[in-house]
Amino acid sequence: METTSGLFFSLVPLIIFAPLAGMLINIFLGQKLGEKGVGLVASLAAGTAFLVAVLQAISLGQHPEGAVVRLADWIHIGQLAIDWTFRVDTLSVTMMLVVSGVGTLIHIYAIGYMHEDVRFKNDIPRYPRFFVFLNFFIIAMLTLVSGNSYMMLFVGWEGVGLASFLLIGFWYDMDTLGRPSFANSNAAKKAFITNRVGDFGFLMAAFMMFWKFGSTDFDLVFAKVAEVAAHEPWVILWMTIFFLVGVVGKSAQIPLYIWLPDAMAGPTPVSALIHAATMVTAGVYLVTRSFPIFSLSHDAQYIVATVGAVTGLFAATIAVGQYDLKKVLAYSTISQLGFMVAGVGMGAYVAGMFHLMTHAFFKALLFLSAGSVILGMERGHHHLPHGDHHEVFDPGDMRNMGGLRKTMPVTFWLYIIGTLALMGLPPFAGFFSKDEILLDASLHFPHVYWILSAAAFLTAFYMGRQIWMVFFGEARHAAAAHAEESPLVMTAPLMVLAALSVVGGFLNFPGLHQFGGWLAHTLGEMEIPEFSFAVAGVSTLLALAAIGLSWALYGRNPLKVGQIDPLKKPLGLLFTGMENKWFVDEGYQLLVIQPYKTLAKFLAQTVDWDFWHEWFHDSVIARGFVGFTRFLADPIDLGLIDRVSYWLSDLVSAASASLGKLQNGFVRSYALSILVGVVAILGYLLLNAK
Amino acid sequence: MIPVTYYLALSAILFTSGALGVLIRRNALVVFMSVELMLNAANLSLVAFSRLHQSFNGQIFVFFIMAVAAAEVAVGLALIVTIFRSKQNIDLDQINSLKG
Repeated sequence: METTSGLFFSLVPLIIFAPLAGMLINIFLGQKLGEKGVGLVASLAAGTAFLVAVLQAISLGQHPEGAVVRLADWIHIGQLAIDWTFRVDTLSVTMMLVVSGVGTLIHIYAIGYMHEDVRFKNDIPRYPRFFVFLNFFIIAMLTLVSGNSYMMLFVGWEGVGLASFLLIGFWYDMDTLGRPSFANSNAAKKAFITNRVGDFGFLMAAFMMFWKFGSTDFDLVFAKVAEVAAHEPWVILWMTIFFLVGVVGKSAQIPLYIWLPDAMAGPTPVSALIHAATMVTAGVYLVTRSFPIFSLSHDAQYIVATVGAVTGLFAATIAVGQYDLKKVLAYSTISQLGFMVAGVGMGAYVAGMFHLMTHAFFKALLFLSAGSVILGMERGHHHLPHGDHHEVFDPGDMRNMGGLRKTMPVTFWLYIIGTLALMGLPPFAGFFSKDEILLDASLHFPHVYWILSAAAFLTAFYMGRQIWMVFFGEARHAAAAHAEESPLVMTAPLMVLAALSVVGGFLNFPGLHQFGGWLAHTLGEMEIPEFSFAVAGVSTLLALAAIGLSWALYGRNPLKVGQIDPLKKPLGLLFTGMENKWFVDEGYQLLVIQPYKTLAKFLAQTVDWDFWHEWFHDSVIARGFVGFTRFLADPIDLGLIDRVSYWLSDLVSAASASLGKLQNGFVRSYALSILVGVVAILGYLLLNAK
Repeated sequence: MIPVTYYLALSAILFTSGALGVLIRRNALVVFMSVELMLNAANLSLVAFSRLHQSFNGQIFVFFIMAVAAAEVAVGLALIVTIFRSKQNIDLDQINSLKG
């Protein structure tokens, strides 16, 4: 592993420096290059990263053991040595390909999307900034997946968090409808702070790792992990639990998923790239990368798998009750991340990574198509007669849509492909990857299987609901009737993603398992469960049943303007819960934020102000100081020091007064003094003269 | 030959009356004269001892003293004249400008 015998392995640092160059060019020249130039530079930068990733994959074909490329020293303190080192193996290159590949397509899409977005929001100079942030995200994400130690991974981990914050708050001075508001910047803060909770877990795990292993390098840690597990199994358990906290934060699992739906405040390419396809999969990558640690603790696997499965179902139920196009996809993303986390938690690393990859394709496709739909609605709204412009219009609300298959046919078909892939119908990509996770669960963790099957049913249902509401029926708003198709610069990347969503599943075709074999070079040979027609059949039937049910509710009788959701009646309170996200945000508000605010207010008002300022500073310190100075002033200074000096001065003046009397001005008395003195001295001399 | 004791006794009497004159009298001229008296009383005892010891040292010393006294008289009288001019009298008790 130490030498870089591969042809292209030594090129791997370019995967960071190409986007970095693009970012720097756009920072300094962005305003001069013009929109086309900025988009071209940023897309070329991302494309170069993709090219480098492809070259790595080619080299790996000849040298599947991979390589470790050391670029520079980073931290050397005592026995701690952390270098800036790139790790090229089948796992990291898979992630590089997904990140840079999907990233490049989304860069191209964003050229068209942001061109219109900055005009709808009346801030054209903000255009280059978007691509600077987008390139920065690519840099950070590739740092995350290419690092050779947990510390390098953490640098990327924090970098993508920052990129996510900057991009969610891209329109920081308005809300999602373009009105002046703090809503978007609050969403950005929510994402950042929630992620900070997860980062705490990651850091704790990294500290434990350094404490017990003396290093954070992947190879060094994995070499010692069996030894530590034999002597101190609690170390492994706690390390995995802390890693899970990090995963829960970054990959939006229960209970820290709440930031992801709000993250939809960012422009749609951001939602697609960061909050669906790549960044949120960092947690899945982390668990897969740490497989030697996780596979040693059955308890940890059980916890991770259960958290993933419960998240998968829980988020799916919320998605059923949402009306915002992107919110449905956001909860769907949380749910699908639950599938992945459950997969890698069960030890089905190949299945989890496979689902990560196919999900990146079809969820990016869905988000970008949703962006196309929203812009189409904006265009339609823009063409309306002027009087209607001042109403508050939400272009992302599905209740405003309907019948869009006629006005936006290309987007419609792309959306259908993405939806079928997400529903998990054969032969689309999602079918194969989801089926592998379900298959593994049915063999090892039956409760996970049941929960995930229910989630899969709901997935097909809410996607069906969305399709009927958005594309079928009649337009429920004039904007939907006048919606326009998006330009080719936006739809072309979607076609690539759609093609990948169709054929992506064949990368790991049952029985061949090319992808499993590819990852086996890194993860070691895994047990590959036999393809089960029972599992695949059940999940396909469930998906078809869900589609039928959604047709019965939303397709047969399309929603009318102002009509309440047809699910509300039969489900009653249950639907109210789904509609309101099970009041989780309110629960956080009540259980965490309010107590926290109360505590903060208590600390600020009572402890800091009343106790510390009023009492301690004013009473204890200030009054104590005054008392002490008064003590110094009155008894010490006035009583002792002054009195001594007064006494001295009195003494001097008394002495001078009495001596002054001698100087009485009578010459004769002086003469007498001289006489007396002479007599005295002479008398003394005479009497003592021996 | 007159014993030296007589001279010394006369010298002592002269010196004492000179000293008393300095201390008691207020007229600057009288005080001045008394100072002269004291000087000459000392001169007398010097001359007497010179005679006794058959040495000229005392006599030479007396010459010096007489020369110095002459100079002193010149300066002293000049001072007294000046004081008289400014204060219109020469009462020593009135001359107290340097009183502390």
